[in-house]
Amino acid sequence: MSNPQQLRYSKEHEWLSGAEDGVSTVGITEHAANALGDVVFVQLPEVGDTVTAGETCGELESTKSVSDLYSPVNGEVTEVNEDVVNDPSLVNSAPFEGGWLFKVRVAEEPSDLLSADEYTAFSAG
Amino acid sequence: MSSNEPSEKRRTALDALHRSLGATMTDFAGWDMPLRYGSERDEHNAVRTAAGLFDLSHMGEITVTGPQAAALLDHALVGDIGGVKAGRARYTMICRADGGILDDLIVYRPAETEYMVVANASNAQVVLDALTERAAGFDAEVRDDRDAYALIAVQGPESPGILKSLTDADLDGLKYYAGLPGTVAGVPALIARTGYTGEDGFELFVRPEHAVELWQALTKAGEGVGLVPCGLSCRDTLRLEAGMPLYGHELSTSLTPFDAGLGRVVKFEKKGDFVGREALRQAAERAASAPPRVLVGLVAEGRRVPRAGYAVVAGGEVIGEVTSGAPSPTLGKPIAMAYVDAAHAAPGTPGVGVDIRGSHEPYEVVALPFYKRQK
Repeated sequence: MSNPQQLRYSKEHEWLSGAEDGVSTVGITEHAANALGDVVFVQLPEVGDTVTAGETCGELESTKSVSDLYSPVNGEVTEVNEDVVNDPSLVNSAPFEGGWLFKVRVAEEPSDLLSADEYTAFSAG
Repeated sequence: MSSNEPSEKRRTALDALHRSLGATMTDFAGWDMPLRYGSERDEHNAVRTAAGLFDLSHMGEITVTGPQAAALLDHALVGDIGGVKAGRARYTMICRADGGILDDLIVYRPAETEYMVVANASNAQVVLDALTERAAGFDAEVRDDRDAYALIAVQGPESPGILKSLTDADLDGLKYYAGLPGTVAGVPALIARTGYTGEDGFELFVRPEHAVELWQALTKAGEGVGLVPCGLSCRDTLRLEAGMPLYGHELSTSLTPFDAGLGRVVKFEKKGDFVGREALRQAAERAASAPPRVLVGLVAEGRRVPRAGYAVVAGGEVIGEVTSGAPSPTLGKPIAMAYVDAAHAAPGTPGVGVDIRGSHEPYEVVALPFYKRQK
């Protein structure tokens, strides 16, 4: 699997897009989606919620387990992906595209987000 | 990922093949087993609609032979094993003297004086030890055959056709819960019509050195009809839909077969004494007059999935506990098995929910199984 170069990554296996008008998109990586198995339910934050880097803001259920969703940045949620709520399998089939989870107006980024190459090394280790 | 860690996990004869197929591996009772190859939901659906191929070589085979093999097993197990005809198989259990379940088993009788007891991987040593101990005084030999067999299962509606193309054995004459020696794809095998999926299917016990050859022949034979390799993840959802218990979840040493709703496996009318008889007689009376808790099915109204250990609630009170839960691919909803107080066990009992991480989600109580194949 390859992690898109233009994204940055958290050690909790979320990805973050570059900001457009201050708003970035968040999802989970293909590595994380593969580790979870078929995702059957996603609970996302609500529009207007304040999220904090490294803190839980939702959950992902797969066949075998339930996992917390962490925000990679501080900010305010501006949009959630209703398509993925209705069809959670998008997280598995298109984790970096149609399976995105929410958009956030970034207030502050932690300094330890990883580049694609750093994340690839991290997730292989 | 854990698959790269050095470890002392046991590997089956098919290990390299699983890796070449890109399987996600998992530890199961000390074995490194395929969890899934791709999507576990696709694997599940393939077994319901076409066929799936499983490596179950972690299961524990124990051979019992000798003139008193039947007498020994009648004494050691709760079922009527002497009454199993040669060529047939029986689902049964081994209990402690206090009636607690040590394991659930399938016992095959390939020949008049030969039985093969198949135990769960996690309990194989316990079962072997118990049978060995209980064999004292019987003219019978208990042999550890765990390393003598690989076990490959082909399950699903297309499985008879797939197997027929590889064997001259009379599969039409092989009934459910029957097993006979034969040859499949040129390989000697015990061909059994058994499984743990709720579908028609076969389990093939072969020597480990033949496992790769047999797997590849089955894969090729199933190419045109939708056969896919399947991991333990879908095996769990398949058995859950079929309402089949799993040791460590629905079954344990603190429960008797009657507590688990499986009292029918205990045969009091068989000849001679057997381990657990007196305790089980009391358990049978208790279960009939005042059952403490009853094993039921639960179907979610929402989409959050109940997991083993979650509390079942009604009116703010805890009335039971989930033993297994998963999203059901066939029903399209989360399902669970749970032990609940008898007062809440009737199908349709209103007001029952599951405490899912602090939130009480509504669930419908249903009779088991969730899924029954159309014959």
